[in-house]
Amino acid sequence: MDGEDGAPKSLMEEMYANGIEGVDDAPSSSTSTTIRKNRPIISGEQLDIEAYAALYSGRTKIMRLIFLADHCDNSGMQLEALRMAYDELKKGENTQLFREVVQKIDGRLGPNYSTDATWCAMVDRKADQRKDKLESELNAYRTNLIKESIRMGYNDFGDFYYAHGALGDAFKSYVRTRDYCTTSKHIIQMCLSAILVSIEMGQFAHVTSYVSKAEQTPEALDPPSIAKLRCAAGLAHLEAKKYKLAARKFLEVGPELGNSYSEVIAPQDVATYGGLCALASFDRTELKNKVIDNINFRNFLELVPEVRELINDFYSSHYASCLEYLGNLKSNLMLDIHIHDHVETLYDQIRSRALIQYTHPFVSVDMRMMADAFKTSVAGLEKELESLITDNQIQARIDSHNKILYARHADQRNATFQRVLQTGNEFDWDVRAMLLRANLLKHEYNLRASRKI
Amino acid sequence: MNSMEGLVTQIQGLSSTASDVLMLQNLLKQANDSLHAESTRLLPFLDQLDPSKHSLGYLYFLEACTAGPITKEQASSYVLIIARFLSSCVSEQIRLASHKFISVCKRFKDQLVLLGEPLRGFALMLTAIRKFQSSTEHLTALHPEFLLLCLLAKSYKTGHSVLEEDIFEVDQPKDLFLYCYYGGMICIGQKHFQKALELLHNVVTAPMFAVNAIAVEAYKKYILVSLILHGQFSTSLPKYSSSAAQRNLRSLCQLYFDMENSYSNGKIGDLETYVQSNKERFEHDNNLGLVKQVVSSLYKQNIQRLTQTYLTLSLQDIANTVQLSSVREAEMHVLQMIQDVEIYATINQKDGMVRFLEDPEQYKTIEMIERIDSSIQRLMILSKKITLTDELMSCDPSYLSKGCRERQKFDFDDYDSVPQRFNV
Repeated sequence: MDGEDGAPKSLMEEMYANGIEGVDDAPSSSTSTTIRKNRPIISGEQLDIEAYAALYSGRTKIMRLIFLADHCDNSGMQLEALRMAYDELKKGENTQLFREVVQKIDGRLGPNYSTDATWCAMVDRKADQRKDKLESELNAYRTNLIKESIRMGYNDFGDFYYAHGALGDAFKSYVRTRDYCTTSKHIIQMCLSAILVSIEMGQFAHVTSYVSKAEQTPEALDPPSIAKLRCAAGLAHLEAKKYKLAARKFLEVGPELGNSYSEVIAPQDVATYGGLCALASFDRTELKNKVIDNINFRNFLELVPEVRELINDFYSSHYASCLEYLGNLKSNLMLDIHIHDHVETLYDQIRSRALIQYTHPFVSVDMRMMADAFKTSVAGLEKELESLITDNQIQARIDSHNKILYARHADQRNATFQRVLQTGNEFDWDVRAMLLRANLLKHEYNLRASRKI
Repeated sequence: MNSMEGLVTQIQGLSSTASDVLMLQNLLKQANDSLHAESTRLLPFLDQLDPSKHSLGYLYFLEACTAGPITKEQASSYVLIIARFLSSCVSEQIRLASHKFISVCKRFKDQLVLLGEPLRGFALMLTAIRKFQSSTEHLTALHPEFLLLCLLAKSYKTGHSVLEEDIFEVDQPKDLFLYCYYGGMICIGQKHFQKALELLHNVVTAPMFAVNAIAVEAYKKYILVSLILHGQFSTSLPKYSSSAAQRNLRSLCQLYFDMENSYSNGKIGDLETYVQSNKERFEHDNNLGLVKQVVSSLYKQNIQRLTQTYLTLSLQDIANTVQLSSVREAEMHVLQMIQDVEIYATINQKDGMVRFLEDPEQYKTIEMIERIDSSIQRLMILSKKITLTDELMSCDPSYLSKGCRERQKFDFDDYDSVPQRFNV
């Protein structure tokens, strides 16, 4: 623990005065470096859109920028995001999304960023031509019955549909290549493409099934693919609100991921999602073994030093600074496309865990000090503790007069006696009722029998 | 008239030994119709007979007398006659003509109700039951009548003493339903809610082909009592209740189900508005008093929940959490609960604080050991009873014939110890 240096008295003081002293461990990197690469992207400060967008590529970049524009209230950021989305879309072929973005811009960015009808028409025409060409090629391959070329044909179709935003058709095309896959590499390629499209469509059930399919291939996968599959699985679990499983998957992602999966997720995201889910769902031993001592994950955490700090603070019981970091991160996390639904839940769970962990080692806790440590009022703290006690997550009782929380451990012996007597009574009652009912049934049966005769 | 006099002398002559009594019974059965024909003129003959020696004959005469409709003036005189008979009759003789005895007692009850004086009757009814029962575990048709008289007279204690006995043998299901229903009401009157719950539960889960009105009324009361006692209520009936009950009871008691929903939310205001808006319907079912008790029990449930989370709590906070209007009311409620031993607490009036204590029972006293011991003995007796019933059942010819018929469907090898064919 951090406080182990120095005299015991100062250790006690530090433990009690949990939040009263200032936040000393501010992240050092937020003010020092100016090199864009090392600057933390997801931090307490306002999001740097260009840097954020540079982490991603392909369709997810555009979707994220659009999401940002929809959800942030700062109109300057909004326009910046929309402008970048426009530029990105111009490089691609997705006219549907282009029209949407133009509508959102609504002319606010000047004449350069308005509907470019000629460009749209040209792209659509080219698309039709390409589609016809692909179809004729595919038919030719199908008559030739060469597996490899049919597979390539369907793959090209899938890519074409994906570039044009027809996600459902893209998914179908990719899935059709399955029948023509011959080597494990093909299967993995098919699975990865299917996973990509499913994530874009938001159908995470498919993601899980294709991840398991890819992992079952007989050949060993290369490390980047394994990392990609784990990220995808983690995202699927996150969507399904299975935070513990999501955390485990994210923590298993190796550093080989690098930037190879930028069509889906950035390494900063892996760190953030993994860190937050782990905090919300792991107990102390698991947190230490899998997060803090995890060398691979440490590389990811370096990219988001605030998350690293907050995990360390939680583990060393500096709850005030931990919650402060969380508060700072919140606004930027709400702009992230995958986690923004879950931010509230994760934060509540982390806060509950902090409260439980705080009270766990003590027999009695002064609620005023605890309220200071958690930066709330005593009344608010009392309400929170009351709900935790009712849910049986803390075994304690509140002394509302003196504002002290006393730990309470159930007396096993008395409880056993009580249960025994109660079971005896229930048995007594049940058996008597049963005999009575049996008697009634017998009487009825006799009555019916006598009527027959 | 002559036949009557002849009958009287025969009764007087033949009432001494058991064989004579049987002969007398045959004679009386033959003479039954003529007795009924002369019903209005039989009264003076009753004076010639002594109820303690000639119980059987007296009974036949009495039954014929009371067969027709009775006016109020006649009722009081008949009540006296029947009262004298009941207190002095002999149990072996009256058991020979059980139907007649039951009808006489029923008339007795009707007359008392007519006169509006149930108090006079139920002690005599109790003696009648004792004489009529073959054992204390036997339920007779007289039990519900007796309980009804107790209810009307509002003397619950005597009713309660009868309810203490366990019933295992039943003549008529209808008797059981009425008995349990009235018994439940008596227990509610005495605030023995646990016993009331048991009795009402018996009615609701008894085997029946079609739902009858008694079961419906009992179910309504069952819901209310279960809310008062446990603060919750399981909406599905146990598996052993009849399918007719499971299907239909819910729709017939929908009003009470909705009440249970608003109860479980824990908000006094909602519950009270619900009760207010449905007041007439509750009154129609004669359940309004019980409903009011349910509302006050909600306060108790809320306070009890507080004992789980708090060690000390100010009266003001209790009043706020439980939505009582003032601190004084909160204090009264807590005081009442402490007196009823529903919670363990001390009130500190100086600070306005309540301190919740643990259950002081340590399960180390002699009384506790004796209690556990007696429970064990009782349960062992019950277990023996079950095994005995099971053995009797397995020797029952109807069970065997049915069971054997089914066995033929199985493999011969599995069941070759059982006779394949059983001719009954």
